[in-house]
Parts: sequence; structure tokens; C-alpha cells
Amino acid sequence: MDIVVLLKQVPDLVEELEVDEAGNAIDRDLTRFVVSEFDSHALEEGMLLKERHGGTVTALSLDTGEAEEALFAALAQGVDRAINLTGEFPQGMDNHQAARAFAGALKDVRYDLILTGAQAIDDVDGQVGGLLAGYLGLPYVSVVSQVRIDEEAKVAVVSKELAGGMEMRLEMDLPGVIGIQAAEQPPRYVPVGRIRQVRHTAALETRDAAIGPGGVVKVRRVYKPEPTRRAEILSGDDEEVAEAIVKLLGEKGFLR
Amino acid sequence: MTVDVGPPERARTAEAALTLSEEMYKCVHCGLCLDVCPSYDVLGLETESSRGRIAFMKLVREGRLPLNPRVASHWESCFQCLACQEVCPSAVAVGELMPQARALVVEHVGVPKELQEVFESTSRYGNPLGQSPRRRTAWTRGLAVSVPELSRDGGAVDVLLFVGCYPSYHPRVQEVARALVEILGRLGVNFGITREERCAGDSQRLAGEAGLFEYLAEQNMEAFGRLQFGELLVIDPHEYNALKNEYPRFGLSQKVSHYSEFLARSLDALKEQLVNPLDTTVTYHDPCYLGRKNKVYEEPRQLLRAIPGVNLVEMPRNRANSFCCGGGAGGMWLDVEAAQHYSERLSERRLDEAVRVGARVLAVACPYDLLRFEDAVKTRGLEGKLVIKDILELLAGALKQ
Repeated sequence: MDIVVLLKQVPDLVEELEVDEAGNAIDRDLTRFVVSEFDSHALEEGMLLKERHGGTVTALSLDTGEAEEALFAALAQGVDRAINLTGEFPQGMDNHQAARAFAGALKDVRYDLILTGAQAIDDVDGQVGGLLAGYLGLPYVSVVSQVRIDEEAKVAVVSKELAGGMEMRLEMDLPGVIGIQAAEQPPRYVPVGRIRQVRHTAALETRDAAIGPGGVVKVRRVYKPEPTRRAEILSGDDEEVAEAIVKLLGEKGFLR
Repeated sequence: MTVDVGPPERARTAEAALTLSEEMYKCVHCGLCLDVCPSYDVLGLETESSRGRIAFMKLVREGRLPLNPRVASHWESCFQCLACQEVCPSAVAVGELMPQARALVVEHVGVPKELQEVFESTSRYGNPLGQSPRRRTAWTRGLAVSVPELSRDGGAVDVLLFVGCYPSYHPRVQEVARALVEILGRLGVNFGITREERCAGDSQRLAGEAGLFEYLAEQNMEAFGRLQFGELLVIDPHEYNALKNEYPRFGLSQKVSHYSEFLARSLDALKEQLVNPLDTTVTYHDPCYLGRKNKVYEEPRQLLRAIPGVNLVEMPRNRANSFCCGGGAGGMWLDVEAAQHYSERLSERRLDEAVRVGARVLAVACPYDLLRFEDAVKTRGLEGKLVIKDILELLAGALKQ
């Protein structure tokens, strides 16, 4: 089983987020980045599958935010290869560009399974897995919380949690792409000493990211929610409150 | 629960457990530690005593038991309060063995989720509370007294105040930091703080994350190296312990003082400022890492006696025999885990002792104590009967206007 896990860097919410001058993105210069929590779960699931079936895990990331840190942590966690896709994309990439870049990089990487987080908090779009599967001509299933591999039949049997306490089990041919909602166990702890050791002993591979056209949907505005006007609490006995309500409705033009 | 998967697994973990020092073989299993071990005091189980924990270390090291979460939990229930070391006739260095055992767990078993979050926050943000490092000095905003912040690139002061994580970030413990800077202002101490400070990392080290501890020590030493100061003044006994006893091997050469030592040296000048009487009965809880570990017993008491109107009484278990609050060695961050084993918190049991000696105020000198005992006041229904205060708060309250 050769598995590729896609990692994305998202804003670390420990710091207050600021909108950039153009008003349609967060200000990346003022932002710390951290690997998307869903992608951490995808990585954990990848490691669990490797432990069960053998093979390799490759972590693949776009060089945005603090990608190198995330890739070294992945190496310390036990992935076999860590590839950083570098290039000129100071604003990051939209999901179409990211999926194209990943597809390009995967041309000469062996894989039976590609795992990624079901979505990420920065756009809550959840498209990269599906787009990538489209570009590579692979099947795709997402929002998955359990993966079982039948190596002989070359299929993945995955479970999705549905509303109302129902669970759905699907079978997908391999190779394929899976969007992970949650790993079977929380992402394991990687001791700091191991990460620092890996920084000295292991190297990241870098590839030029193929930068293609983006999606046709444009972000018009990113903003902090604007507080609505304050609620007014009426006090007094029933008669007084009723009178105040009638008066208010009249003032607002609801009574004729 | 993990089950024994057979000899190969035991052999594998036994090999890993060779990192455990042979110190354990000094233990003759006499059982004198049982009487003073707080976890044994509450649980009454051999497995939750120093003797039991050392027996597990031997079994794992000899390949007779695999290292698994179940064995790990017996080590994780120890707060490394060191009470056992005080009475051990064979002088077993439990304080060295336990961190080794915990490091083995972190490396080969993993850590409970709540502790994992703390490790990750400390490594990423430099504090266990998961707060922004940029906001480390935010507690000084709006204070009447000036708290000089040294620039990242330099600055010289007599005393560098190492504020520490809880006093910097925790709203309740920030009051303790504010009390200290008010007192320092009154005494005319030339001091400063730096936002480059990171957690000193002692409790993380004792909980088994030695690599994280080193990483933090290197960051702190880098920050210290850019500043000039003659002495480090510390609030939290755990951070004090690290700075005083561990940081010299990273190159720290300045004197390190807990605030109780520092202020006791200026006792006469301080006494002149202490005019508001606190007419009540006070008892003092010796923090494990100020008292037993670093033998600072008298200075905190001198400070309390300097406050007019204080009737200082002692609990039966005081000084070297003090009873742990349950916060050490990661206990502060394993409350959910502990609740699965403990029917009662150590802090709750300790409060009963304070009440029995007639104390209305339990004075403490450690952020862990302040928070854990205040919680225990609520869970024991002692509101209005017993108040928890840091010594610094009592001192600041007695200052003349």
C-alpha cells in the first residue's frame, strides 16, 4: 500500500485575524499558519493504514505558510517521504490551482491511495480531493471516518457518519482519493526531540509547483461579522410591555 | 486497555526501558514511602505508591511486563511531589526515576489527549495555556505601577522578572503578578520583563517531554543572552526549579530567586510598607518544588509573619512533610485522566487539613496551588469559610496607601 497524504496550511487562530488591504483575503503577513486539523487526521489515518498493511506514506504540501515545519513533523511521525511544492504563489492557491499542482506532482509518485482532509477551515470548500480525483481520473469519496483496505480485491471500504445516527458503508476501487473527516484515533503526539532530530537527519524533497489557472469563482469580500443593532429589552408589567410593543410596531411602520 | 501481546513485545519494551536508571534497584521495597505518598493516601493501592511504581519499572526493564497504557497510568498518577524521597532509607532518587519512566511513556506509548494538547501548545506558543506569545506581557496593561518591558534586542536591569506562564496568562494568577510588581515598585527595585520569555518547561520535563524542555531552555537562554541582568526573579516554583537547577547546564550563570527568597532579603524595608492589618488566622501550604525540592521553608513564613495581625498556624503536614496539591509532573493537565482513578482530589484532602487547624486563609506560593485549592474550595463547599491567597496578594493588600 503506497499512500499519499495532502497537507494544507491554514491560519492559526491563536492570533487575531486581519483582512488585507484589498479586502478579499486575510492578511497573510500577520498570520501564523498551522497544518489543517482535517489533514492531520488524514495523516494519522495514513499512518494507521501503513501500520496495518505495510508500504509507504508520502506527505505532499504546497509551500505556503509554515509548510516545512509541517513536513518535518510528518517525517518525525513516520512518513517515508515529504515533498514540498514550491513556487511563486504568495497568496496561496485556490482549490483548482492546488488540485492541479498536486496532480502534476503526483505524475511520478507511486500511490494506491490519496488521503486528504474533508475540508479546511480557511475556505470550508472541501473541493481539492474531488478536483484532484477528476484530474487524475480516479474515484473519490469524502467525509469519511473509517477506512478498511482489501488488498486482494484492490478496494477501500469506507464509512461515513450520516445524520440521525446512521452510518453508510461504501466500496471504492483503488487507486482512489478519500477525504477524511476524522481518523480512527486522534492524531498521535510527536515528541519535540524527534522532530528536531529529523530536521538534522532528513531532508525534504522539493518540486516546482505547476501553477495553472484558478477557479472561476472570485472572492468578493472577506470581513469580520458586523454586529447588528442591540436588542432592546422591554420591562414592566404585562400591560406596560404590551403598550410598549404596540408603540414600537407603530414607530417601525408595521401598523396601519 | 492494551493486552500483553507476548514475549516479543515485552522484549521490545524491555530494550527501550534500559534508559531507566539502575537507581531502581536501590529500592528494597520496605514500604516506608506508603505512609507519605499522596496518591497512596487517597487511593490505598499498592500500585499507586512509589514502591509499586518502582516495581513496575523493574518488571518492564526485565521484560516481565510490556510497557503499555495500563502500566503507564500508574506512573502518570504520580505527581513527583518527592515526599517518598524524604523518608526513603535507601535514598532512592525517585525524582530522577519518575521523569525517565514518563519519558519512556511519551516516546513509546503516547500521552493522554489533554497532556498532548499542553505539550503541543507549549512547543508552539511557549506556554501550556495555548495563548498567543505576542500577548505574553498584556497583563501589565492599565497598571498604575510601571512594568518596564525590555526590548528584544537589549536592555540592562538589576533584576529580570521571569513572570512565568500562569502569572502571565491566567486571569486569576495575573493578580499575583500584579501584586508582585506593586511590591517591587514600593521597594524601588530596578527590574524589567521580556515578552521573549517562554515557559521554563519544568512540569513538561517531569511529565516526560525532555526534548520540549531542551527546546524551551534554548529559546529562553537565547532571550537571556540579549539582556543584561544580575538576578532572575521567579514566581512559579516549578519554573524556579528549572531555572535554578537545570538551566545552569544550558549556560545560565545568574542567581535565581523565588520571590519569597528575594523579598525576605528586604524584609526590613518591606515591613515599613506593611501597615494594613490582616486580622485573621493563616496557614501556609509548602509547595513541593519550593519546599522539599529546594528547601525554601522559612522565607515564606517570614513574609507572612511580617503582615500585621496575621496569626500563623501550621498544618500537621508542613515543610518537608507537606502534602502535594496534585498539580505536579503534569497533574495540572491531567485532571480528566485523574478523575478516572481518584475519588477525591489531593487538593480537597489538603483543604480539610487547613480547616481543621482553624485557618481562615490558606496562603500559597505557587500558581498551581492557587488554582487547585480555589477549585477545591468550591467542590468542598468551603466558600465563605476558607480563602486561598498567594502570599504576594496578602502582602500587597497590607501595603500602606
